[in-house]
Amino acid sequence: MFGQLALNQLQQLWWLIASVVGALFLMLTFVQGGQTLLFSVPQTPQEKMLVINSLGRKWELTFTTLVLFGGALFAAFPLFYATSFGGAYWVWILILFTFIGQAVSYEYRRKPGNLLGARAYETFLFINGSVGLLLIGAAVGTFFTGSNFSLSGYNLVTWQHPLRGLEAAFNPFNVALGLFLVFHARVLGALYLLNNIDHDALNRRCRQSSLINLLLALPFLLFVLFRLVTMDGYAVAPQTGVVTLEAGKYLGNLLAMPLVFGLLLVGLLLVVWAVIAARFRDSRRGIWAGGLGTVLVALALFSLAGYNNTAFYPSKFDLQSSLTIYNASSSHYTLTVMSYVALAVPFVLAYIAYFWRLMDARPLTIEQLDEQSHDLY
Amino acid sequence: MLEQIDFTQVNWARAQFALTAMYHWIFVPLTLGLSFLLAFFESLYVKTGNEEWKRITRFWMSLFAINFAIGIATGIIMEFEFGTNWSNYSWMVGDIFGAPLAIEGIFAFFIEATFFAVMFFGWDRVSKKTHLFATWMVAIGSNLSALWILVANGWMQLPVGMTFNPDLARFEMTDFAAVLFSPVAISKFTHTSASGFMLASIFVVAVSSWFLLKQRHLQLARRSILVATVFGLIAGLFVAFSGDEAAFSNARYQPMKLAAMEALYDGDVPSGLVPMGILDPDKQPGDDQDPFLVKVEVPGVLSLLANRIWGSFVPGINDLVYGNPQMNIVGAGEKIERGRRAIDALGRYKEAKKGHDEVAIAEALAQFRADQDYLGYGYLQRPEDIVPPVALTFYSFRIMVILGSLLLVVMALFLYFAWQDRISEQRWLLRIGVVSLLGAYLTSEMGWVVAEVGRQPWAIQGLLPVTVANSNLTTGTVQTTFFLFLLIFTTLLIAEIRIMLKQIQRGPEDY
Ligand code: HDD
Ligand code: HEM
Ligand code: HEM
Repeated sequence: MFGQLALNQLQQLWWLIASVVGALFLMLTFVQGGQTLLFSVPQTPQEKMLVINSLGRKWELTFTTLVLFGGALFAAFPLFYATSFGGAYWVWILILFTFIGQAVSYEYRRKPGNLLGARAYETFLFINGSVGLLLIGAAVGTFFTGSNFSLSGYNLVTWQHPLRGLEAAFNPFNVALGLFLVFHARVLGALYLLNNIDHDALNRRCRQSSLINLLLALPFLLFVLFRLVTMDGYAVAPQTGVVTLEAGKYLGNLLAMPLVFGLLLVGLLLVVWAVIAARFRDSRRGIWAGGLGTVLVALALFSLAGYNNTAFYPSKFDLQSSLTIYNASSSHYTLTVMSYVALAVPFVLAYIAYFWRLMDARPLTIEQLDEQSHDLY
Repeated sequence: MLEQIDFTQVNWARAQFALTAMYHWIFVPLTLGLSFLLAFFESLYVKTGNEEWKRITRFWMSLFAINFAIGIATGIIMEFEFGTNWSNYSWMVGDIFGAPLAIEGIFAFFIEATFFAVMFFGWDRVSKKTHLFATWMVAIGSNLSALWILVANGWMQLPVGMTFNPDLARFEMTDFAAVLFSPVAISKFTHTSASGFMLASIFVVAVSSWFLLKQRHLQLARRSILVATVFGLIAGLFVAFSGDEAAFSNARYQPMKLAAMEALYDGDVPSGLVPMGILDPDKQPGDDQDPFLVKVEVPGVLSLLANRIWGSFVPGINDLVYGNPQMNIVGAGEKIERGRRAIDALGRYKEAKKGHDEVAIAEALAQFRADQDYLGYGYLQRPEDIVPPVALTFYSFRIMVILGSLLLVVMALFLYFAWQDRISEQRWLLRIGVVSLLGAYLTSEMGWVVAEVGRQPWAIQGLLPVTVANSNLTTGTVQTTFFLFLLIFTTLLIAEIRIMLKQIQRGPEDY
């Protein structure tokens, strides 16, 4: 079946698959967003317990999606994996550190003998949700703004900036995208907690928080969108593979791919609708619209970066070193094998959804916390 | 291609990988085995309806969770470290190596992530049967993740199912089944996961022994010991069997590793086995000193273990480095020559491609194909470079095998006395039981040292030396991250141990 596809079709398919995984990760960053709400939304120790335990049942899903995103890129676009991780070393290492902190914090925070104290573990969670997401946003931003690397004739990377990737965090577009992700995750976090916890005061504050954070996210979003349609982009000539800077490239991509334009618009409207429904219409289900909207927006962004003869990981140091989904991918054979493997993804999504429905059949309440005190985070 | 090698940087990168992998491996084996023990305990609960088994399950589950969290924290570093620290490697073999990693994500990690939450928080949210199912799925998921990562690692030890693509200068997969069912991958997976079962059983035995010594939770301790020793003993026998299998496959695919494990310099017919000896630290390949200061030797046994044939030839380090025409062994010197020719031909091929010179392209390609099997050797400086650190490999191997065998005996004793219901009186054995936990961890780590140090200087056996595999980073950068990892992981390990101990002290009381 997949073996019959041409190499470039497989490459496009895999960019789509990687984009879907990346988009699901961004949707699941409601966990990170929730972690940054920890110091503001809950006001009593009990409320804090509710928030942590609600997030604590989901954090691994987000984390694992991130790991899968890395793995999928490794398998399908190994040159990207090698170039970006080995080149933009410090960005990735710092992101990883924030995730180490996250992985232990839920389990260790309240346990006797935890060495650092509950406050430290809560801070790790906060850092993961803020610094971690900001840097991820900056790294994704380089898909559009470019990085400083060159590839040798053997495709081996040399990074041409002493900050080794951290320089991405000094570009206004990248920072704006990062900050947008942080506030947007807080919106999703508030919507998720609203849905998952049954507690009047907390729910009220979540509703407020979703609106406030949406308003905070808005200026960054507008800046990102404005820059996106006005900036120069990295275009690839389909025949020769030569990369050039093209004025209004991403605007051109939007117009050339109306579906992507549609995804972006619908996605943004869904997020806004989710917040309005939560804040003004007494709905608890905003997270569904917000989550779906996030997926659509992210898919649109990844499509803008990768499709329509665009270099998705451009080098501004040496344009011809830029990575496209065509020159960075695995072989036809490997992409075919991996496509068969990917047939399992819907099945995986199905069992995850099934078991989470079972687990979330009843929202979390204070009474339940008292009943099961020894299993709590 | 090699202009920028910085050897100190490579060594720091190796140290960093060793550090992070060995930390990861402190937590992983317990996960692999304890997850199955939890599934056994809970199955007993569901079958008998006896609440005591539920208490037992929940107690061990709380320890499982503490260990699991830090296993994940260290695991994410491993995943991305291939990119950050071994980026040339990631590019050159990503077409093959990336696949099992991605598959691990899809097939294993999501199972673990989903069912862990059901198992841990689902006691009163899902039915008894569903909960038991979740517990089993955690065990299966953990071991599936071991399967895929060990397929990846097995491929590094025996690269199969691929070809070199000179246009892109990388290796490409041609046969996924060959990668998946490679004999090394299978022996690695079975040996490693069984060793995890054994370690986890010893963990349960050690904690239970401590309870018995303190006269606490007697019933929980005795029952746990019974289940754990049965499981551990079966696993342990299998570990010994599959370990022998691993050594057998080393003889065929990684003869230099085997020679280093045995500190065998000059191959012999038949070859003797040295169960224990002290190496002369001054010994160098090619000189005529005796490698051992002191040794005990059993004649002929190595031939039998390595080749399953009495009196067969086992090549030594010198044979492999300098060649042995009598035995048809090509020396590393000649392989290096041919490797350099391959590199040279590859360069000419690239040039010719740029100039669109068809004749030159064909000529260079033919030359390259003739020598491509030795490509990796072309990056070595001297024939002696193919020798791994002998002493480290030799002693680590002995520690693993000797301690591993002792642990088997200890488990057998525990099973015997537990069966007779006299275990609480054997205070000497209980003390050994507590201490043997350290032995189990040491054994398990030493196994990896044998496997990984023994394959130096290769990242991919025979194809890619570590000096070519690493990222183009400065020494200072890698040093900095090395110490950051050391600091972070050590802090977390201390926290983990303290939390564990507190949790054990509290015991199963409030479940
Ligand atoms: C024999 C077993 C084994 C071995 C050799 C390794 N791992 Fe591992 N790993 C596991 C068995 C395992 C596990 C038991 O399945 C863990 C522990 C906690 C967990 O979720 O899975 C795990 C966790 C774990 C995680 C976190 C998974 C999550 O998101 O839940 C990652 C990313 C890795 N590992 C990656 C690696 C890499 C890249 C390795 C190679 C150097 C490696 N592991 C060696
Ligand atoms: C978790 C158990 C493991 C432990 C304890 C372990 C241990 C080690 C050690 C001690 C080294 C350093 C060897 C040296 O440089 O002298 C090393 C290197 C390395 N190992 Fe492992 N290893 C483990 C699993 C794996 C797996 C599963 C893979 C691959 C899938 C792997 C890939 C590597 C790589 C790429 C290096 C660096 C390059 C090299 O030195 O060859 N390791 N490991
Ligand atoms: C009792 C006899 C044992 C023998 C003969 C044996 C043999 C071996 C051999 C030859 C290797 C190297 C495989 C390679 O280089 O690819 C190995 C690796 C290893 N051993 Fe053992 N072993 C024994 C016991 C144990 C025990 C008791 C444990 C742990 C509790 C253990 C854990 C490991 C691990 C983790 C590795 C690295 C993974 C691997 O390479 O498969 N071994 N063993």
